[in-house]
Amino acid sequence: MDDGNAVNQKNDEKLVPIHIMGRTYEVPDSLTIMKAVEYAGHQYIRGCGCRGGICGACGTFYRLPGDYQLQTALACQTVVQPGMMIMQLPYFPANRPDYDLETLNGKRDGNGVPPPSRDVLHESVRQMYPEVYRCVGCATCSRTCPMDIDVMDYVALIGRGDLEKATEVSFSCIMCGLCAIRCPAQISQYTAAMYVRRLTGRYLTPKAEHLRTRVTQVQAGQYDAKLARLRSMRKEELVALYAAREREPDLSKPGEWKPKETAWL
Amino acid sequence: MSYPPELQELITLVEKTRPARLDRARSGESFPALTLKERQERLNEFHPDYRAEAKRALAVGPNKGDFVPVELADLLESRSRLDPDRVRLDRIDVETDILIIGAGGAGTAAALEAMQAGVRVTMATKLRHGDANTVMAEGGIQAATAEADSPCYHYLDVLGGGHFSNVPELASTLVRDAPEAVEWLERLGVLFDKYPDGHMKVGHGGGTSRKRLHSAGDMTGAEIMRVLRDEARNRRAITVLEFTPAIELLLDQEGRCAGAVLLNLETKEQYIARAKAVILATGGLGRLHIQGFPCTNHYGATADGLVMAYRAGVKTCFLEATQFHPTGAIFPEQNAGLLITEKVRGLGAHLLNRDGQEFLFALEPRDVASACIIRECSQMGRGATTPAGRSGVWLDSPMIDLLHGEGTVKRELGAKYLQFKRFGIDISQEPMLVYPTLHYQNGRLVIAQNGETSIPGLYAAGEVSGGVHGKNRLMGNSLLDIIVFGRRAGRAVATAAREAGTPKKLSLDHVRSFERELAEAGISDGKVGPMLLPNYAPEHIRVSMCHRL
Repeated sequence: MDDGNAVNQKNDEKLVPIHIMGRTYEVPDSLTIMKAVEYAGHQYIRGCGCRGGICGACGTFYRLPGDYQLQTALACQTVVQPGMMIMQLPYFPANRPDYDLETLNGKRDGNGVPPPSRDVLHESVRQMYPEVYRCVGCATCSRTCPMDIDVMDYVALIGRGDLEKATEVSFSCIMCGLCAIRCPAQISQYTAAMYVRRLTGRYLTPKAEHLRTRVTQVQAGQYDAKLARLRSMRKEELVALYAAREREPDLSKPGEWKPKETAWL
Repeated sequence: MSYPPELQELITLVEKTRPARLDRARSGESFPALTLKERQERLNEFHPDYRAEAKRALAVGPNKGDFVPVELADLLESRSRLDPDRVRLDRIDVETDILIIGAGGAGTAAALEAMQAGVRVTMATKLRHGDANTVMAEGGIQAATAEADSPCYHYLDVLGGGHFSNVPELASTLVRDAPEAVEWLERLGVLFDKYPDGHMKVGHGGGTSRKRLHSAGDMTGAEIMRVLRDEARNRRAITVLEFTPAIELLLDQEGRCAGAVLLNLETKEQYIARAKAVILATGGLGRLHIQGFPCTNHYGATADGLVMAYRAGVKTCFLEATQFHPTGAIFPEQNAGLLITEKVRGLGAHLLNRDGQEFLFALEPRDVASACIIRECSQMGRGATTPAGRSGVWLDSPMIDLLHGEGTVKRELGAKYLQFKRFGIDISQEPMLVYPTLHYQNGRLVIAQNGETSIPGLYAAGEVSGGVHGKNRLMGNSLLDIIVFGRRAGRAVATAAREAGTPKKLSLDHVRSFERELAEAGISDGKVGPMLLPNYAPEHIRVSMCHRL
């Protein structure tokens, strides 16, 4: 129950034993690992972030009694099980070379300098993350990922230079680092994927030309007078304008709907 | 842990009304929206902000006499963690041009702009770089980029959503800078959802007249944050001190802000950080659990910046207005409080009571939608109840695939799909149970257009700074707020630092005088602030706890 307030003891609750870094505590069986650690009395400094499964702060390894396999989880998203042996890993020194997205061609992008070609981009990944090419294909990373990402697949895609597909496969990565911790080839998969996603976003995705048009209009001051008028309007006038707004239909196709009233376009 | 039989029974009622509701949605019909007058009635009667007993008047400080939530009032009237007489201000541990307190979206955007302007930046942050509400913003970022839209319509939507209480100059800056903000992010490599020709996919949010939400799946904020953080890590001129929150601002003898006292959370050592100018970007306050509500905020959202700035004399605005997001999960119990992005409703999902009937236009502004849901579950008695005793309404997510084609839920709401799949619920097939959850702080430090506060050298950006949204923020305008005002503050602060030069002698006199004011008001309950970390230890542990090491 992540309702934030402390979870206090109740009479009707079923308690189960869990082992936090080897020490045994009895905790309610409905709690997530994170809540259970707090119920046991810990106050997190590291290892706790968004508490909603998206920040990657609470990567956790655990083992269940009688099972040889090491399991992974996000502490904030996983309910405790009896006998669980828990270890959180809040930090990992991943490999992450610095780079300048603007000068991958050797010169600053824009102003007549052509954007780096696909080969240049692929080569830059090879230079920065040569270990990606030493994947041994064990798939431990894919089994480890708490976001169910097929990590080994995107590692292979990066190797082949299919950066867009690698971007798609790795998109929901929360950068908890559990994949890299377990990798026998010592690949920092998640930092390599971060680099690849930025390359894709910057250089391999079609640019939003309409956005540039609008920015030019804004910078030319096209809306300044109209906005100034709106700013100085009395509330009654604004309320009337607000109430009279047309609403773009939910299912209209892009660019299909045309408003009747165009005074403020 | 899929739905228990009693809830599955209720889901059949949702499924029964679905075909007719789909037909209406396809023909462009929607449940009638409330008039402005009806909105106000719902708010007065049912919105948690409008409950008088949840507030009290501040006894000290620049907003003395204002009514604010009691949880916040207690913190604003807390004592310093420092004894000013025992702090050695002549030993400088961190020397920098710009100190940015907080390393979420606003702080990082500010750092990148300040660095571009050629100054050295140090970011001090309580948790990790990027541990912020930014990563939890799911649905998108608003900007009037489409042909049928303009900053003016965006402005009208912002003001209507804020009940016309917004600061006009800030709101107009927000909408005017919006397209540039999105372009800046695109250039940094943020993966916005696009059509093959590069056109941005845009959608509706609550209270929008045009589709202008730009998204990156359902993890827009997380994508923006990881890109900004990655860019900051590439920059040698930016130093990040993690697990090192500020616990007090430092002024110089002329009253200019000139740094902060930082705390190493692990060793408990204090650092004196001296800077030519400071940006506060400490975010929100969800972890104060106003009125006991669950919250969607990250672990560090404890109003630290508000507390420090208030002590130094910065005036606040709209502190009475907290934002409750209409759709927080209430089942399974482990997901309670979890944000269900407004994008779900933007994609067409209806909100339904236990009888499977619509009771509001699903895209009312957030406060109005929250009030309507609370009304449906309380006065009308038509909420669906979970085994843990929580009452809520259905969010009919299976409509999305039926309206937009199979696979849309998985593609557009991938993170949410996974969060429910972990508990055996397929949200493309089954609806979600929701109830309002504490989401956002509308009330904050008063700023001008470039984040200037009333203290020279002190700037604020993001959720800690206020006025732009007035009493109520629309979806997609907080990601926009942090980028627009983060960047503006970053540029302004670089100029200010160059003009200011080296700070004069550092001082904590503002803390001394605030504590005198507390003493004169008879406040001596021993509470200290900023809070820094929530304490979720249960009662039976607290009573037998030795002091924390």
